[in-house]
Amino acid sequence: MQERPKSFRKAIGAAFMGVAACALMVSSALAQAWEPTKAVTFIIPAGSGGGADQMARFVQGIVQKHSLMKQPMVVVNKGGGAGAEGFIEMKSSATDPHKLIITLSNLFTTPMGTGSPFNWKDMKPVAMLSLDQFMLWVHTDTPYKTAKEYVDAVKGGADRQFKMGGTGSKQEDQILTAAIERATAGKKFTYVPYQGGGQVAVQLVGKHVDSTVNNPIEAVAQWRAGQLRPLCVFDAKRSTYTGKVTATEAWSDIPTCRESGLPVEYQMLRGVFTTKNATQAQVDYYVDLFKKVMATPDWKEFMEKGAFNQTFMTGAPYTKWVEDAEKLHFDLMKEAGFLANPS
Amino acid sequence: MEEISALMDGFAVAASWKNLAFMAIGIILGVIIGVLPGLGGANGVAILLPLTFSMPPTSAIILLTSIYWGALFGGAITSILFNIPGEPWSVATTFDGHPMARNGKADEALVGAFTSSFVGAIFAVCVITFLAPVVAKFALKFGPAEFFAVQFLTFASFIGMGKGSPFKTIAAMCLGFALASVGLDNVTGTLRLTFGQDELLNGFKFLVGVIGLFGIGEILSSMESGLNFTGAAAKIRLNAVFVTWKKLPALWVTFLRSSIVGCWMGITPGGATPASFMGYGLAKRFSKNGANFGKGELEGVVAPETAAHAAGTAALLPMLTLGIPGSPTAAVLLGGLLIWGLQPGPLLFVEQKEFVWGLIASMYLGNIVGLVLVLTCVPLFAAILRVPFSIIAPVIMVICAIGAFTVNNAMFDVWMMLLFGVAGYVFTKLGYPLPPLVLALVLGDLAEGSFRQAMLLSQGNLTIFFSNWLSGTIMTLGLALLLWPTFTWAKQKLFSGRTATV
Repeated sequence: MQERPKSFRKAIGAAFMGVAACALMVSSALAQAWEPTKAVTFIIPAGSGGGADQMARFVQGIVQKHSLMKQPMVVVNKGGGAGAEGFIEMKSSATDPHKLIITLSNLFTTPMGTGSPFNWKDMKPVAMLSLDQFMLWVHTDTPYKTAKEYVDAVKGGADRQFKMGGTGSKQEDQILTAAIERATAGKKFTYVPYQGGGQVAVQLVGKHVDSTVNNPIEAVAQWRAGQLRPLCVFDAKRSTYTGKVTATEAWSDIPTCRESGLPVEYQMLRGVFTTKNATQAQVDYYVDLFKKVMATPDWKEFMEKGAFNQTFMTGAPYTKWVEDAEKLHFDLMKEAGFLANPS
Repeated sequence: MEEISALMDGFAVAASWKNLAFMAIGIILGVIIGVLPGLGGANGVAILLPLTFSMPPTSAIILLTSIYWGALFGGAITSILFNIPGEPWSVATTFDGHPMARNGKADEALVGAFTSSFVGAIFAVCVITFLAPVVAKFALKFGPAEFFAVQFLTFASFIGMGKGSPFKTIAAMCLGFALASVGLDNVTGTLRLTFGQDELLNGFKFLVGVIGLFGIGEILSSMESGLNFTGAAAKIRLNAVFVTWKKLPALWVTFLRSSIVGCWMGITPGGATPASFMGYGLAKRFSKNGANFGKGELEGVVAPETAAHAAGTAALLPMLTLGIPGSPTAAVLLGGLLIWGLQPGPLLFVEQKEFVWGLIASMYLGNIVGLVLVLTCVPLFAAILRVPFSIIAPVIMVICAIGAFTVNNAMFDVWMMLLFGVAGYVFTKLGYPLPPLVLALVLGDLAEGSFRQAMLLSQGNLTIFFSNWLSGTIMTLGLALLLWPTFTWAKQKLFSGRTATV
């Protein structure tokens, strides 16, 4: 943004010399033509093996396979302090446009829950790649066929009788659990935090917890093997993927939670940010890069496998979405009493 | 035997010239990665992962798993030669491996380490080949209570390790626990002991501590003893392999015990590092030569190496069948599987037969290729010790610094490493044992997490650890091991005719 007046001034100066049209073309060409001059670091504010890690490494793979960038893309995990490590690095290298970061909900939950000193406004939004879904899962040995049956069982049980497994503490899974508890007539879950989504799914298969809110990609293998059952998806609409995942069911067969009497919606941003002082030309370069990534068949296959909600946003709509999401997280965390500095 | 024929098909896939070449390249790269502390197997695999996206999945995973085998082999080299663990799971190898090198038996220690790595791996691969479905179900039984029981058993098998005062052991262990608790607490989601410092967000990385405590501490000690590198007397024996191999069959009990411990820890998944500690602790407890452990006993090298390699190999099983990684490297490989279009999980063995059995066959071949490669290099590795200390010490310092830096790409870790180095030197001078500190640093976090998860599940009731046969048995074993020293002590008192007045 800061660069715009400069190129404008440059254009005025050129007009004085009588070659206005030509110079405007040159300057717009210059604005378009930014390219990374060294390796681009793609930071994952989480450990290896999780959803954000998979997506970032997948993007790196596509960039490499289809030669979409002249400079290499390097992926690093900086997951310390629930991702604060990665975000703080972005904040402190505001002038280096060769850094990108992929987000989880910890973009909002970590500063709110731990008081770590950063905010998404310390970075520059590039693009929303997709929204990751959450689903309510139970073991197939349990009698619950719909979300309503399960919620009724929780309502009818003793307080904290039902155990919800999830990734991390005061992060998306626990926030979502708190949101579900609005509909359980005052009965709470016993929330058990684990290290990663894969582990959570396996703990449910082993019946150490009663339910989870795993992302589709974390539990799809167990669903296909007939060990876990998805009850509902926390989205406004059903999934658009109609290809069969199990022998009889597709992602689109899973009802929304609202349909089944559990009025909760929640999705996780899989978005990309660069550093704060990046120019418009630099942001445009990355937007263009991700557009190319998304046009590949590999990406489409990846999206379907994980039942992602394919929403692509850039510029002002994306910034607006992030602002709204921040507000939503603040409200949810405030209500659940997860804020580090409630004020 | 359905498995045998499937495995034969697997060999047909894995034994092509191209795949064998990938294996050799992978092993060599892995050994280099394993030698450099900090640049762990997980990092190595992660860096090379993108290169494999355009390869067929079977070749790709053969290349990457070979790097993993190489790193498992390579981690022992610097542990034995310089007391610097190249990988977390070779910390326990330093306890006896380095004293052996000081006694001029570096080549024997290396051969012992490599051979036992191989035995452990082959044992684990056999388990994967024939027992995969059964074992995968067993892993599902592990909830927080069972995990804590296993971690408790690891600590218990290690208690009484220090030769000095038990109070110093406890002090060192408590310091380890305190260091392990720095950073984000996963159970409550709050930061602990970071004092507002961004650098401390990530906590103290185990590798940084270990490189400092052992590597830098060792150099400081050597400097004090007049720049004399005590291993310099190492003879180069070309027949070291055969000399050592003659001694190994007598240690079959240790091999078997460590293999079982390793497989079990890899599958549950506890990981290679706790497995190596547990293997060492149990060997010391039950061996005839237990008292000589720490002074350069071959058995003290065999026990942790067998366990670590068995665990490292077995860790791939839960990754393939359940989609949960048993080690950090397995976590990166798991990401790779998804990118190659394979969905790890219960159906992988059914839907991707060729891939799975090709991989299993490559585990056999990869370890054989690896063993041959590293054994031929033993005289070369041992010869490094003949380089004068004044030349090798700065090189080690630089490698340590690079290693500490690579863990997190942070300069802060290099300063921490130096600080740990000074602490390690002071600790050794004052007779505080380092192994309990390191064990607490690596396992403290996990054990605490599992304990508190279990407490959440049981709403604070300690009987959860005895609520089923699995965790109950492990906990009882652990308690028995913990109290063992008291028993033997009491027995001695009684036998010597004095009354125990406790």
